[in-house]
Amino acid sequence: MREILSVLESDARATPDRIAALTGIAEDEVRTAIAAWEADGVIRRYKAVVDWDRAGDSRVTAFVDVTVAPERGRGFDDVAERIAKFREIRAVHLVSGAQDLRVEVEGASMKEVADFVAQKLSGVERVTATSTHFLLRRYKDDGQLLTDPEPDQRLSVMP
Amino acid sequence: MTPPQKPLSRVVEACPPSGIRKFFDLAQTMKGVITLGVGEPDFPTPWGVREAAIHALSRGATTYTGNSGLPELRELICADLAARHGVTYRPADECLVTSGVSEGLDLALRALINPGDEVIVPEPSYVAYQPCVAFAGGVAVPVAMDPAQGYRLDAERIAAAVTPRTKAVLFGSPSNPTGAAQSAEDLAAVVALAEREDFWLVSDEIYDRLTYTGTHTSTAAIAGAWDRTVLLNGFSKSYAMTGWRVGYVCAPEPLAALMHRIHQYTMLCAPHVSQVAAIEALRSAEPDVAEMVADYDRRRRLFVKGLDELGLTCPEPGGAFYAFPSIRASGLSSQDFAEQLLNEQKVAVVPGDVFGPSGEGHVRCSYATALPLLEEALERIGHFLSSRT
Repeated sequence: MREILSVLESDARATPDRIAALTGIAEDEVRTAIAAWEADGVIRRYKAVVDWDRAGDSRVTAFVDVTVAPERGRGFDDVAERIAKFREIRAVHLVSGAQDLRVEVEGASMKEVADFVAQKLSGVERVTATSTHFLLRRYKDDGQLLTDPEPDQRLSVMP
Repeated sequence: MTPPQKPLSRVVEACPPSGIRKFFDLAQTMKGVITLGVGEPDFPTPWGVREAAIHALSRGATTYTGNSGLPELRELICADLAARHGVTYRPADECLVTSGVSEGLDLALRALINPGDEVIVPEPSYVAYQPCVAFAGGVAVPVAMDPAQGYRLDAERIAAAVTPRTKAVLFGSPSNPTGAAQSAEDLAAVVALAEREDFWLVSDEIYDRLTYTGTHTSTAAIAGAWDRTVLLNGFSKSYAMTGWRVGYVCAPEPLAALMHRIHQYTMLCAPHVSQVAAIEALRSAEPDVAEMVADYDRRRRLFVKGLDELGLTCPEPGGAFYAFPSIRASGLSSQDFAEQLLNEQKVAVVPGDVFGPSGEGHVRCSYATALPLLEEALERIGHFLSSRT
C-alpha cells in the first residue's frame, strides 16, 4: 500500500484509477486507503512543486538558526509551536548542533524578512539568539532538481 | 587504387545486417517521434556512480587494469551473486570482467565452439545471439518457443532439436525481446536435458535485477547446472550504465581460463574508469536500483493494461522492460505494422520478426520511456488501429 503513497508523492494529481493501473491495486482499495490517510493526517495536503524564480516571482527566503532557552518539562515544543504559527514562517525544524531550531522565513523583500526576524522572531519568549542566512538560489527543492534536465542522448532504435 | 579482389570473410558476409537498422535510420530522420524502440534505460547512471568515476579519472584511473579486471570489483561481483542468487564463484579464476555482456557472450561462444558445433537458441531471442554463434564458427539452431505459454523455456521443444553436435543452449532470462522471466521449474527441465545430452548452458542474465512478478532464478543455481553453465551479466541495465561497457562472465575454471586467454589477447581489459564506476554501483547504488525497478514496474502495469485495452494482447512480461504484444488483430505483418505506425503516428517500435521467425505477428515495445510519453504512445497506437477498421 506504500506504493500508493509513492505514486502520490511524485504526482499529486494521480487519480485513483490511474494509481490502480500503475500499482495493480484495485481502484476501490486505492480510494479507501487514500481516504483513511487523509483522515488520519498521513496525507497532509496535495501540492505542486513551483519554481518561483522561473515564474518571475521575487519573493525572498531566509533560513534562520534560532537558539532557545528550553522550558522545564516542555523542552522546545512550546517555543517551536509558537514560532510555527507566524504566517511568515514556512518551516520549523528542531535540529542537532550549535543552534536549536532551524526555521524558514519567507517575505516580499529582504527588508520585510529582516524586520520580521528582528521584531517578531527574536522577541518570542525564550528565544535567546538568531542567525539569518538569506537564500541566494535554489538548485533542488522537495527532491526535485530545478536545474535544466540532462538531454536524452539515447539513439531512437537500439537492440 | 582497388582493394584486393579476394573474397572477404564468407561467414560475416553471410550474416544479414540487423533488421533494427532500417527503423533506426527512418526514425532518426523524423521529428516528434515517441520511441518505444530503445533497448536501454531512460534513467541516467545514478549520480553517485558518475561522481565516483569523475573522481577516479582525476586520480589517474586512466590505465589498463589486470586482464581479469580490478580484484575489488571481482570480489564484489562474486559476493553479490552469492548473496542474491546463491551461486558461488571464485573471484580469482572463475570471474572475468568484460566490456559488457556482448564481449562476455563472444568469449563464451569462442571458447566453447569447435567448427560445426551446434548452439540451440530458443527464440524470439536477442538479435546478437545467432550472429555471434556463426562468427565463432558454430551453427545456430533456432527453436521457436510458444507465445501462448508466455515464451517459457520449453525443454521438450529444445530436446527435439538436440543432436550429437549440440554444444550449448543460449538464452536470456528475463528475455529481450519478450520480457519472459523463466521459472525455476522450466530452467530445471532444461538443466536435466543438458545433463542427459551433455551440453552447456549459456545464460544471459543481464536483466536479473529487473523482475516484477517474482524473484529471479539464476540458471547456475539450479541443481546440477553450475558445472555446465556460463553466467553472463553486467551493469548496463540494472544500474543504467549502458555506455560504460562493463559486464562480467562467470564459469567453471577450465572454461574460464580459455575465455581469459581470448580476452587477454583481444580486449586486454574492460575500461578502467568503468570498472571503478561498477565498484561504486555495487557498493552504493542499491537504493537507486530499487527506485528504478519500482518505476519500471508502474509503467509496465499501465502500459500492458493499455495495450490490452487496444486489443494488442501480450503475456504478462515478468522482467526486463519490454512488452511483446501480438499485433495479429491489425491484420498486418510485423514489418508493415512498425513501418506504418512510425510513418502515420510517429511511434517507433521494433518488428518482432527481427528476433526470429516466431516473433512475426508481434512488436517489441520498450517501456523504458517516461510515463506521459507512454500514455501518448498508447493514444497514438489507438488512433493507428482505429484508422484501419
